[in-house]
Amino acid sequence: MSTLADLTIHEALDLLDSREISAFELTQAVLSRVAATEDRVHAYLNLDAEGALAQAAKADKERLSGLQAALLGIPIAVKDNISTQGIETTCGSKILKGYIPPFDATAIKHLKDAGAVILGKTNQDEFAMGSSTENSGYGVTHNPWNLDRVPGGSSGGSAAAVSVGEALGALGTDTGGSVRQPAAFCGIVGLRPSYGRISRYGLIAFASSLDQIGPLTRDVEDAALLLSVLAGADPRDSTCRPNPVPTYTEGLDTGIKGLRIGIPTDYLAGQGIQPAVAKALKEALACLEEAGAELVELRLPHTQYGIATYYLIATAEASTNLARFDGVRYGIRIAEEGTLEQMYAQTRGQGLGEEVKRRIMLGTYTLSAGYYDAYYIKAQKVRTLIKQDFDQAFEQVDILVGPTTPTTAFKLGEHITDPLQMYLEDIFTIPPALAGIPCMSVPCGFDAEGLPVGLQFMAPPMEEAQLLKAAYAYEKMTRWNKRRPVLC
Amino acid sequence: MKYEAVIGLEVHAQVHTRTKMYCGCPVIEDTGQLEPNTYVCPVCLALPGALPVVNRRVVELGILTGLALNGTLQPVNVFARKSYFYPDLPKGYQISQYELPLMTNGYLEIETSNGIKKIGITRLHMEEDTAKLYHEAGKTLIDFNRAGIPLLEIVSAPEMHTVEEVKAYAMTLRDVLVTLGLSTGDMEKGQIRFEANISVHPEKSQKLGTRTEVKNLNSFRALAKATDYEIQRQISLLRDGEMVIQQTMGWDEQQGKTYPQRSKEESHDYRYFPDPDIPPVEIPTLWIEEIRNQLPELPLAKKQRFIKTYRLGHYDAQLLVADYVIADFFEETVGRRPNLSPQDIANWITGEIFRLLKERQLTLKESGITPPKLAKLLQLWHTGTINNNVTKVILAEVFNTGIDPEVIVKREGLAQISDAQTLNTLIDGVITAHPQQVTQYLHGKHAVLSWFMGQVMKETQGKANPKEVQNLLRIHLEQRRFS
Ligand SMILES: [Zn+2]
Repeated sequence: MSTLADLTIHEALDLLDSREISAFELTQAVLSRVAATEDRVHAYLNLDAEGALAQAAKADKERLSGLQAALLGIPIAVKDNISTQGIETTCGSKILKGYIPPFDATAIKHLKDAGAVILGKTNQDEFAMGSSTENSGYGVTHNPWNLDRVPGGSSGGSAAAVSVGEALGALGTDTGGSVRQPAAFCGIVGLRPSYGRISRYGLIAFASSLDQIGPLTRDVEDAALLLSVLAGADPRDSTCRPNPVPTYTEGLDTGIKGLRIGIPTDYLAGQGIQPAVAKALKEALACLEEAGAELVELRLPHTQYGIATYYLIATAEASTNLARFDGVRYGIRIAEEGTLEQMYAQTRGQGLGEEVKRRIMLGTYTLSAGYYDAYYIKAQKVRTLIKQDFDQAFEQVDILVGPTTPTTAFKLGEHITDPLQMYLEDIFTIPPALAGIPCMSVPCGFDAEGLPVGLQFMAPPMEEAQLLKAAYAYEKMTRWNKRRPVLC
Repeated sequence: MKYEAVIGLEVHAQVHTRTKMYCGCPVIEDTGQLEPNTYVCPVCLALPGALPVVNRRVVELGILTGLALNGTLQPVNVFARKSYFYPDLPKGYQISQYELPLMTNGYLEIETSNGIKKIGITRLHMEEDTAKLYHEAGKTLIDFNRAGIPLLEIVSAPEMHTVEEVKAYAMTLRDVLVTLGLSTGDMEKGQIRFEANISVHPEKSQKLGTRTEVKNLNSFRALAKATDYEIQRQISLLRDGEMVIQQTMGWDEQQGKTYPQRSKEESHDYRYFPDPDIPPVEIPTLWIEEIRNQLPELPLAKKQRFIKTYRLGHYDAQLLVADYVIADFFEETVGRRPNLSPQDIANWITGEIFRLLKERQLTLKESGITPPKLAKLLQLWHTGTINNNVTKVILAEVFNTGIDPEVIVKREGLAQISDAQTLNTLIDGVITAHPQQVTQYLHGKHAVLSWFMGQVMKETQGKANPKEVQNLLRIHLEQRRFS
């Protein structure tokens, strides 16, 4: 049954502003949906129902007193790797069990300043390492379109919540595809902004040179709305860019007539693309052409090295980023007996999951004396080549379009014993992440089993406005995003 | 066989900026005095999600030091993660510099008994201090107040050969850092720490010996003693036909011995790589030139100038230039043009004022003495208005209270009695009262003269001009010979 919980953010804001609904009712509707579906989906690790209702009541009062704020009274879910003051933040890991941050991430501060209602923290692959949310230390999340399927990952909890109406929008994080891939699998919109567009302060790092916070929403306009709130310089994050933040919701509907859209042929041939995905892509391209865009086939020749490059750089950074989880200052400490080394070994051995330990070892190896040049330095060189691929492509075209993932949502447990197969899921999402360019996934159809397919848009650095405009035009023509899952 | 030692020094100096290296927490000079874990934040505690931001002032002071050490400055500075696990290192890595340090190829001139010598400085880089561990009753407590305090690491080339050179290098470098205003140079508070790389080889051989690294030397004394001990230890090993093992050594202050900490096989692989949280810090030439204009005169140059311009002795000049506050104080006092020589002023500063500073545990700026006041006081002393002892008493009062010396002299009636008529009457009285001592004097026992001096001083509460009294006493006594 469709309720207030199925509204987009901008629809809800219209109703709130015209006093047809209250923020309290809206949050209640979302909490009712959580009550109805959460036992099957398991999107949340930590739901703060009481806090959310209090924030909603406060938002209603503020609206009555004439306060205007971009997200006043909108219930939003937050991925568990983003620090929330006073709310347990575990990053999906047992090692952080019980850790309550004494500060808000800058992105959370922006949300709160805009009047958003924070619902709670969503499930994820531990430390954002995974593409299925099966690597969580606290159980798996199920895809609302088919409960036997994964929701994607690592922001699987956020994507499932938005898809099923357990939140109007959510924050995820994307290191190599962790916003776009679950958005594609769950039939919603997922935006990864340019590297440095949204502050990383308070985001628990996986791979610092790749991590970006991004919104998961039910349509492109909502993504634009959230990005306008979240983006901007932050003196606490030296990698955050000072570029001014436009109101991304303005000028969305100016159309794409004459827009030059590049189709990277490397994203099509021999990459294990399912026929349903290929078909959806073909239809999408026809649609864009019909809207007046000019399609140009081109090459991104270093695409094939993306995954290898990514797994060297990301794991190298992660191996040091995760060194702080040592049982000394926060989270769990397992020190049954013995020396300091044993305390480290027990705490990290038992507190961290298999995939996390695998990546820490990979990264440690990559940075080791004697291997550093062959692996880390070489990977950095290839990263530069991949960036140049995109630079050259954007000399010819305004936007690039391709599939978000080679397949639709796979079965729970299908890839769990084969990490390499799992890594291949990120083949199209990784290169733009390495290049630091803005990119997003938009629903573009369904396969024979009714599983959603995602279309990926990519734009030059800091050209989010351009990116959103193209995605918006496509969405308006197809309305794939209007379909919602029915749990059964 | 004679052996030669080859020594290089690594120096870690805390930089006293307003805030820490990568966060906004205040830098407190002596964190040992604080309530533990009160000057901390998410960044220096390495809470999940916290990010470092480079303190530009440290870069500035690093450039200043690089210029003072005559080195080549790196136009693009890269910060690197140095990884190892230890509870005093909250992130599990230290943010330091590796491949592209702030400065390379510098040198420091030191003064030894063989004259001036240049010691090469391989590199200077910025990094952060660790937390402090306290081991109590089987438990370890951690204080993070010190974590994240900026450090400069300065690495010399292995170009020193004697303990004397090592000491001269360490002290000269300390004086430079104090002069540049980035350290108070207080060794007891751990603000400057040393590590010595030491090897020995037969004097005739060109081939260097196996080196050891002696860590955690926190005073000049420990540095000198440990270096000396380690050189002797290695020489006796070689004399006995044994090998020196490449390893890290500790220094046991109580026993006066170095001891092995870990060998090369156990040494860390720090897995350095550029910190992705910190974009490279560019240092444009314009910035360097701006900083170059702030470069003060360095101690050794100042010392040479003091010797030449003020005709000071080496020793006094050295004492004055060790701290630029003292050196400036000296020069300002001289600039007041009192009628006495700079050497006299230097003597008063390095003698009585240094004694007072040590006794009261104050810095010059915390005391009441200023160059104009010292100049005035010494002027009174030089003209004989007050004598030595009275000068010391007044100096102490000025030091304590800051009251003008002339005011004290007037208030206490401390002006020296030099007036001949007053003194003649006084001396006549004393001599008449002690005929026995007069007889002794006249029989050749001239030591009695100083006894009479004492009597006169007693009568005048020490205010009589001693030179004058001595003259007059002799005249008066000799007169008795004929009466
Ligand atoms: Zn701090």
